[in-house]
Amino acid sequence: MAIADSSEGKPVPKKFSLTTVLWKILILAFDALGIWFIVQAISLGYVELAIIVGIIVVGFNIIFTLDKGYPFRWMALGLAFLVMFNIYPIFFTMYISFTNYGDGHLLTKKQALAQIQKVTYLPEDAKTYSWTAYRSPEGNYALWLVDNADGQTYLAKPGEEIVPAQPGDPGIGEADTKGIPVSLEGYTRLTTLQAVANKELSNIMFGIEGEKTVQVRTSNEAAELKLRFVYDEATDTVIDQSNGDIYFNKEGTFTTKDGKTISPGFRAMVGWKNFQEVFNSPALRGPLITMLIWNFIFPTLSVLTTFALGLAISIMYNEEGFPLKKPIRTLLLIPYTIPSVISILIWRGMFNTEFGVINRMLIDIIGVAPRWTSEPFWARTAVIIVNLWLGFPYMMLITSGALQSIPSEIYEAAEVDGASGWQRFWKITLPLLLVSVGPLLIASYIFNFNNFNLIYLLLGGGPPIPGAATQAGYTDILISYIYNLAFAPGGRGVRYGLASAMSMMLFIIVGAITLFQYRFTNMWEEVSENV
Amino acid sequence: MSNIAQTYKRLRSSQKFQKRFGVAIRLIIAVILIAFSIFPVLWIVSASFDNANSLATQSLIPANAGIKNYQRLFNLDPNFSFGELNYWTWLWNSIKVSGINTVLGVSITTIAAYAFSRLRFKGRVPILKSLLLIQVFPNLLALVAVFTLVSSIGNIVPALGLNTHTGLIMVYLGGSMGMNIWLVKGYMDTIPRDIDESAHVDGANDWQVFTKLILPLMRPILVTIGILSFIGTYGDFLMARVLLNDSSKYTLMVGLQLFTAGQFDKKWGVFAAGALIGALPIMLLYFLLQDQIVGGLTRGAVKG
Repeated sequence: MAIADSSEGKPVPKKFSLTTVLWKILILAFDALGIWFIVQAISLGYVELAIIVGIIVVGFNIIFTLDKGYPFRWMALGLAFLVMFNIYPIFFTMYISFTNYGDGHLLTKKQALAQIQKVTYLPEDAKTYSWTAYRSPEGNYALWLVDNADGQTYLAKPGEEIVPAQPGDPGIGEADTKGIPVSLEGYTRLTTLQAVANKELSNIMFGIEGEKTVQVRTSNEAAELKLRFVYDEATDTVIDQSNGDIYFNKEGTFTTKDGKTISPGFRAMVGWKNFQEVFNSPALRGPLITMLIWNFIFPTLSVLTTFALGLAISIMYNEEGFPLKKPIRTLLLIPYTIPSVISILIWRGMFNTEFGVINRMLIDIIGVAPRWTSEPFWARTAVIIVNLWLGFPYMMLITSGALQSIPSEIYEAAEVDGASGWQRFWKITLPLLLVSVGPLLIASYIFNFNNFNLIYLLLGGGPPIPGAATQAGYTDILISYIYNLAFAPGGRGVRYGLASAMSMMLFIIVGAITLFQYRFTNMWEEVSENV
Repeated sequence: MSNIAQTYKRLRSSQKFQKRFGVAIRLIIAVILIAFSIFPVLWIVSASFDNANSLATQSLIPANAGIKNYQRLFNLDPNFSFGELNYWTWLWNSIKVSGINTVLGVSITTIAAYAFSRLRFKGRVPILKSLLLIQVFPNLLALVAVFTLVSSIGNIVPALGLNTHTGLIMVYLGGSMGMNIWLVKGYMDTIPRDIDESAHVDGANDWQVFTKLILPLMRPILVTIGILSFIGTYGDFLMARVLLNDSSKYTLMVGLQLFTAGQFDKKWGVFAAGALIGALPIMLLYFLLQDQIVGGLTRGAVKG
């Protein structure tokens, strides 16, 4: 590596040393791996992945070979991870939202075609053989084939090339009276009766798939299979060799004019379809609107309740010399110290409608208890209560810090002017506090806007919204809804495309809130000064 | 004259009384708030020592106290079995993934932060601003794309794909880069530049300045950032849930969620034991580092 004078940013001329050579070797090794990866990616049809890895590889080469790249060498690894696992997924989400990626369209076109082009069929005029079967103790089969036309003999095993063979060849036993080997090495010959009674045999493909394969057709005849589908790249069509049907590429499924299709389908662009579906289908739109409204109410209530309680605690116990100040604060901090996933699961047990401690206590005290899991209002109340428990210590921490930074002279001046306690709170404390903790409150709002753990782990998003086209509940928010669409479809089939279209909505909302945050707090300007 | 003095005296004592009354009220409120804040903890401790292992019959003082649930958790009770309960494996996976992610993450970000803090080059400010912009969209919002990406990578290099800890760690690393570079750079900026400039004059190169000067000075704050990052990764659920699918690969948070499937109320005590063991180390870390963490909070290092 070139030694550089940092304050000027100009590297001193390189000299040959062990480190320089080592760096060169490292870069070459990195390039080799990168290129191998790109080739593999292309062969599987992952064009986007190949492009992004290509960009990273080229970037590394520029950074590590040009002198100007010196400062970037420090951050190359960090930026590579960032590009690969944060920036690229954002753009990839945009792409997926315009595709039909999901059940039935999970593969790339390359992968689907590779599968389709392996499909075989038994033509009427197939080349036929008479066959004799052999079985190994492990249950593997082998066939001895005699060509019905010219009497040539072959040995065929599943997954291996069919080779011409003669009795007495290495590994092959001597011929019997009919010219068929009495045994194969590692295999025993099946009697005609055994072979005919064998159910497995007719399902086995002998030979290499996609090349020459032979299948047992009747008790005395085996036939050579032919590849059924031929892909024509120029017209992007697939032709069925068995009957001449032509399949056209129709949004990721090869389809004939009269609607016959070939499975599997593949990922293909479908334009705005996913977005249109969201807006046009009442069974999607209805629940989505319910969910969106709740998605805004939930973080609003969460921030308000946690902030109010946290601030109240700060004000109540902030006073110098308040008895037991330190232990009170420590005990109140406990919820913040437990990993929230664990706390939420504990609350899930406590909110259990039948057996949970909360309902058992409510029944004992007031005689009635809400059904937290099945009544929308109470389910949402439970979510807010649990989030209050999870969130107030954080608000307590940030507000007590901010309160101490408000100069006491302001209060003294207000007292002289005769302001009451309430007036002082609303006119002085709160406005000044909001200036310093405002950005953190908006950050908390955004965090709760996407608080998947709470929603998913507490009540699983439930209770379910009746008539919803996909799994959706009254406490679900966008991110948990997206998760369900993609990973827990509940028998309705995964919809990556639709889920990504919803993610785009999430991006836009979160982006807008952040823009507001920067505007509201001048954070951007501050940042620009601090770099 | 005496009248005024009397009124003054009465006023003073009533003020004192008011003050005491206020403190008393606030102490009562404190008791209620503390009850709210520690009740779930007490409840789960009690559940973990209640041999009945049932949500329905549990009371704050366990009826038949014992350590049966802990034995069940570690598969020492032949009469209790549930799915693939691999508690030690989950805990170890969590510690392994969080530990590796923390060490790699802190190293990579600190090295990158050096360039942003100490070197001046074209593109520095735009890149810094973009980093801030990107962390607005954390990769968990692009869940489907991340899943597809890792699954595609796995089709080429299985050791980096779905259901591997390497894949999960790479996703964590990518997701935390933006924010952490800013954070570390912020702290590095507080170290006066005179120190490294004089070292440069003495002929030290950047790497020497970084390792011999900056790193030792940064050590306390790097430890704090590392511990916060460890806690954050340890507590993650979503990414681990999406990217891992074998019980033997699960992290603790994903494993604990398994208890809620089916009849949660019949596994409550065992879950309680598992939750407690999983939470205690993190709670200890927090209380040991309370001051540093609070300091970090006001600088914008948010746990959420």
